[in-house]
Amino acid sequence: MTPTPSQTVGPFFGFALPFEGDAVAEPDAIRVEGQLLDGAGEPVGDALVEASQGGQFARCRTDGEGAFHFLIAKPDEGFFDIVVFARGLLRHLNTRMYFPDAEDAVLSAVAAARRRTLVARREGEVLRFDIRLQGEDETVFFA
Amino acid sequence: MNDEHFEPPYLFPDYRATVLRAPQHSHVKLPDEWFHRAAGPAFGRIPVRPEDADLTRQHEGEPLGERIVLTGRVTDSDGRAVANTLVEVWQANAAGRYVDPVDDHPAPLDPNFTGAGRCLTDSEGRYRFTTIKPGAYPWRNHTNAWRPAHVHFSVFGPFLASRLVTQMYFPGDPLIPHDPILNSIPDPRGRELLISRFDIETTVPEWALGYRWDIVLRGGSATPREP
Repeated sequence: MTPTPSQTVGPFFGFALPFEGDAVAEPDAIRVEGQLLDGAGEPVGDALVEASQGGQFARCRTDGEGAFHFLIAKPDEGFFDIVVFARGLLRHLNTRMYFPDAEDAVLSAVAAARRRTLVARREGEVLRFDIRLQGEDETVFFA
Repeated sequence: MNDEHFEPPYLFPDYRATVLRAPQHSHVKLPDEWFHRAAGPAFGRIPVRPEDADLTRQHEGEPLGERIVLTGRVTDSDGRAVANTLVEVWQANAAGRYVDPVDDHPAPLDPNFTGAGRCLTDSEGRYRFTTIKPGAYPWRNHTNAWRPAHVHFSVFGPFLASRLVTQMYFPGDPLIPHDPILNSIPDPRGRELLISRFDIETTVPEWALGYRWDIVLRGGSATPREP
């Protein structure tokens, strides 16, 4: 059977998909902050980003600056699966956010020059993980 | 089977917002065990209350519009039921206006309609919502651009690859041939998969028209989509 085709999440999901505490997979855990950017380097303010690993799941709608955040605990696997939905994305995008110093076969399989788009970096108390949909430093997306 | 023509591309200039948001690199293809058959998100934290499945009963009064029942089965691509998975829906009201503050279309809000619902599929993979038929609305993609009536769906499924966000349309809608979002799907058979069918068996006498729409998720043994 043919899988049902995808369509964009559109701009008007903000009253429906967010839920109380949606960005907090683990309270008092690590705060991840990031920004979603388009091919012109402009913030994508109408997107939904989901992060999951094991039993942890978090969802965050981007704000007007394209900013999103999560509270998550570092998993043994060293990475989170990240899914991006946005107006203008007819299909969602899958990527991974690796913790600094994490290594695995998937990361090694990615061309060295693009690998850093998958790795969060420490910025004081938080982990910084930006996602670039297009252009220079375009994030690696998986299928 | 190459089902790529059943999926929209990332870049589809007729839908203007894709131009700066479509990735230019091909996806990095991962082995099936790491992506296609990897476990999907644990969505159990998302609250699902019984009243979330009836969008006509979330306020003091009844919403305006044509009451409908929207139901169908969620299966994997081998036809097996996907039980106990989360289905989320959201939509405009009968006048074509979303509650979302981002929507500035000058059509009336309905104080008795929010337009958001959730339910879990039953053991046979069935979902069922009671709602009202959404109205068409204009958008600014091009001159005189109107979206056909649609209901947005978000479905999880068991695998990372099963995650689906899409839109369901209504049969016979005259705006369908003019809609770049639906027509971004190259194969007309793919577009047909997003159009519900009117179903007299689902129709509740003296109460609500019935529409059926089945959903097929990726994952498991299904051929993965190519980058």
